[in-house]
Amino acid sequence: MNMLEVQNLTKSFGSHQVLKGVSFSLKQGEVLVIIGSSGSGKTTLLRCLNFLEQADGGSICVGDEEIFNAAGKMNLSDHAMRDRRLHFGLVFQSFNLFPQHTVLKNVTLAPTLYQTTQLKKAKAGRNAIKEAKAGIEAQGRQLLDMVGLSEKVDEYPCRLSGGQQQRVAIARALALNPDILCFDEPTSALDPELTGEVLRVIRSLKDQGRTMVVVTHEMEFARGVADHVIYMADGVIEEEGTPDEVFGNPKSEKTKAFLAAGYNR
Amino acid sequence: MDFWGVIFDLCQGFSVTLKLFALTLVFAIPLGFILAFLSMVKFKPISFLTKVFIWIIRGTPLLLQCLLVTFIPSMVFGIPNKDFQSMLGIRTMADLQFTFVLFAFVINYACYFAVIIEGGIKNVSIGQHEAGKVLGMTKGQIFRHVILMQVVRKITAPMSNEIITLVKDTALARALSVIEIIAIAFEKVNKYAVLSPLLYTSLFYLAFSGILTILFHYIEKKLSYYSV
Repeated sequence: MNMLEVQNLTKSFGSHQVLKGVSFSLKQGEVLVIIGSSGSGKTTLLRCLNFLEQADGGSICVGDEEIFNAAGKMNLSDHAMRDRRLHFGLVFQSFNLFPQHTVLKNVTLAPTLYQTTQLKKAKAGRNAIKEAKAGIEAQGRQLLDMVGLSEKVDEYPCRLSGGQQQRVAIARALALNPDILCFDEPTSALDPELTGEVLRVIRSLKDQGRTMVVVTHEMEFARGVADHVIYMADGVIEEEGTPDEVFGNPKSEKTKAFLAAGYNR
Repeated sequence: MDFWGVIFDLCQGFSVTLKLFALTLVFAIPLGFILAFLSMVKFKPISFLTKVFIWIIRGTPLLLQCLLVTFIPSMVFGIPNKDFQSMLGIRTMADLQFTFVLFAFVINYACYFAVIIEGGIKNVSIGQHEAGKVLGMTKGQIFRHVILMQVVRKITAPMSNEIITLVKDTALARALSVIEIIAIAFEKVNKYAVLSPLLYTSLFYLAFSGILTILFHYIEKKLSYYSV
């Protein structure tokens, strides 16, 4: 069964249509890499999946739950919205860590808030909340250890390199254990020598069986990590297939031109 | 001239000054946040009216506002100030005057604060809100746990300006015959026919604003443990 099923997604900003009907599906544990030049709609697609933008048309299903359908009135409460949103995690191009919180708190803040609200609603006692907090902290440390930052838990983000900050951001997104983790050009804001450490973490997540959607300009990496590649141009899927199909034997002229330009960069 | 007697009376006057200062802050800062939120509300009529209100208050002299406030009960509600006083359970006419002044100060300063706070909130990058959103935080949680501290840091310097101005603006209270330090100083000048009480008074202000300067410096330093 498909983990993620996106049907005919459309989105316009004013008179400019950024997504002109995008459909794809993704199986559990698969990595989808989306490539394409800037302005092709890749980022908007990710933002629609994460409810940072609301698509104008189409539907999104995760598992057998339809979490978005433009046809039905989407008048969701803050709370319902939140639960649907949590199917997805998103790692931003510009990290967006919380500068005033330590690395560990960046990772634990959201799950702690989420759990305490749930527990308070269930009228759980103070001890239960304390226990939950301890569990979240342990999990946070474990995640930071996994991305190789166990020594930085008490640092503030401004004291870390870009690559380290992005790894914290990945740990933060994982802390809520999303079904599908999305990356929006995770290495574009990094110095070239720092991209490797971030890409390695993403690759290790694939080995752990994470379902991921990665928007990237790193073609070598894309080819290596992807199970499925989508090339987007002008708001539509111009070409898709296995990495070998898209990179090795592109059919569309646009894809060929894009790849030629990309490799010569 | 009885030097210590004068200093003692000036101290009493300054305690009124400090009372007005502190109470203004206590009420104006929360009200400033409320006005800042209202002027950012998506529902246009509310944000527009809030902005007009802030424009009127910032565009007219505080002295005038202090004087006009005393007419509100009789002109707007048709209640003479004497009845208004007993309605509020205020004991003396002097206390009523103080309340009027405090009211005008709170409204006036809240409007200035609101503009600073609004600027601070808008200055926090949209990415911070979005990071909170994709992590499933509610709007309230994002504001409390992500945005607020960053806003506080951004507004500390401009707020310190306003707050130090407030120390000196309290002298306007004399217009409604609130007996604060300047009123007492003039009384002494008239009584002893010397100018020195005015000099002492300026030293009171200077010392207090010095303390505030040090305090704000400390706060800024405390908050600069991170950079963005």
